[in-house]
Amino acid sequence: MKYQTPSTSKEAAVLIQGERGQAFVLAGGTDLMVRMKGRFVEPDLLVDIKQIPAMQSIKKLATGFRIGAAVSAAEMGENTSLKKTWPGVVESANLIGSDQIQNRCTIAGNLCNASPAADAVPALIAAGAKVNVVGPQRRRTVAVEKVITGPGTTSLRKGEVVEAITLPKRPPKSGDAYLRFTPRSEMDIAVVGAGVSLTLDSNLVIKSARVALGAVAPTPLLVPAAAQAIVGTKLNKAALNLLAQACCAACNPIDDKRGTIEFRTEVAGVLAQRAAKMAYQRARGK
Amino acid sequence: MMAGTLVSTMINGDATEFVCQTGETLLEVLRNRLGLTGSKEGCGTGDCGACSVTLDGRLVCSCLVLGVEAQGREVGTVEGLADGDSLHPLQSNFIKHAALQCGICTPGFLIASKALLDRNSNPTDEEIRFALAGNLCRCTGYDKIVRAVRATATELRKK
Repeated sequence: MKYQTPSTSKEAAVLIQGERGQAFVLAGGTDLMVRMKGRFVEPDLLVDIKQIPAMQSIKKLATGFRIGAAVSAAEMGENTSLKKTWPGVVESANLIGSDQIQNRCTIAGNLCNASPAADAVPALIAAGAKVNVVGPQRRRTVAVEKVITGPGTTSLRKGEVVEAITLPKRPPKSGDAYLRFTPRSEMDIAVVGAGVSLTLDSNLVIKSARVALGAVAPTPLLVPAAAQAIVGTKLNKAALNLLAQACCAACNPIDDKRGTIEFRTEVAGVLAQRAAKMAYQRARGK
Repeated sequence: MMAGTLVSTMINGDATEFVCQTGETLLEVLRNRLGLTGSKEGCGTGDCGACSVTLDGRLVCSCLVLGVEAQGREVGTVEGLADGDSLHPLQSNFIKHAALQCGICTPGFLIASKALLDRNSNPTDEEIRFALAGNLCRCTGYDKIVRAVRATATELRKK
């Protein structure tokens, strides 16, 4: 197995495209190394992206935040400005694994690993995050919800590497939240996850919203009907009921040892309601 | 013998060079090439924390780090905790509070506990339990470990 540490994103993309065998990006390695040990993958080339300056930092730009693909979840939690603006996104990233995992794992890796239950992904979808992708020939930007195409599969083409994930500029009176259900409080995989991001007008009426669900379908879901249920309201009981109904209707989960289809479907509605209330309180500045 | 990659690193404050294969984990390098067998392999998948070390001061599972990734970085293992013959206060308190039985998980717990106390000198029991959630112990039931960490924090704050 070859191991390379390129210093630019383009170089990483060219290395991967030029590899005849199996090539993988190594960021935190918390998923990839486990898959390698289980011999689920046998890479011929690993491209370690942690020495690429464009991927190493969190930047606050005029257009919003830019989180480099090699930034660990722990570093996101330590960034007070990011945490203040996007508490739901940061909390979702900080729910992944133990401190040992937090110090290595990345949200770009969480996305590209493409688990239906990835914690960071519903929060990123709700936030309207975009992915900066670098290929050997060109760059492109894609919405987070367009990346995962099924369990373990993405729309990225060979040689395409995620350089950063960007979060849009935040209008005043905005808030987001991510909640998940797990039997244990730590070190567990989401049975259901729900992310909500919303912006209020001066009368505290919801002006715009995005709602996303995890672990209830082959891919994390953006649920526009759920957002429509709460836009134009102050999140009264009727709006919350419609929100839950829309979330339950969007679910297409599996039965497994963590939860049944019925349980996941019902909990999706409950968690979305709670996440919406939390996001609303945050938007009000509480 | 396959040719390997030369890696230059700092381990417990000492400049250290080793040659390893690209697929070898840092844990394998520490144990099999450098004779630092304090770090243990439990699960090998980042769930149990027995292989915990610090990498540039951050707590990680050495079973999920490649040896080649240690190039130019600082690694801290349980072998670096004691100062010569005098044990680190965490080590003394683990013994005093009987915070171990079989001992396999202990090096990982010590390193994770030190990482916690380095950033939080006065953790609550809840904070201790969350910080040690990535370390599994099947002997103690965790209570004695929490007490040992709490006692160490109190002791270190007095210094």
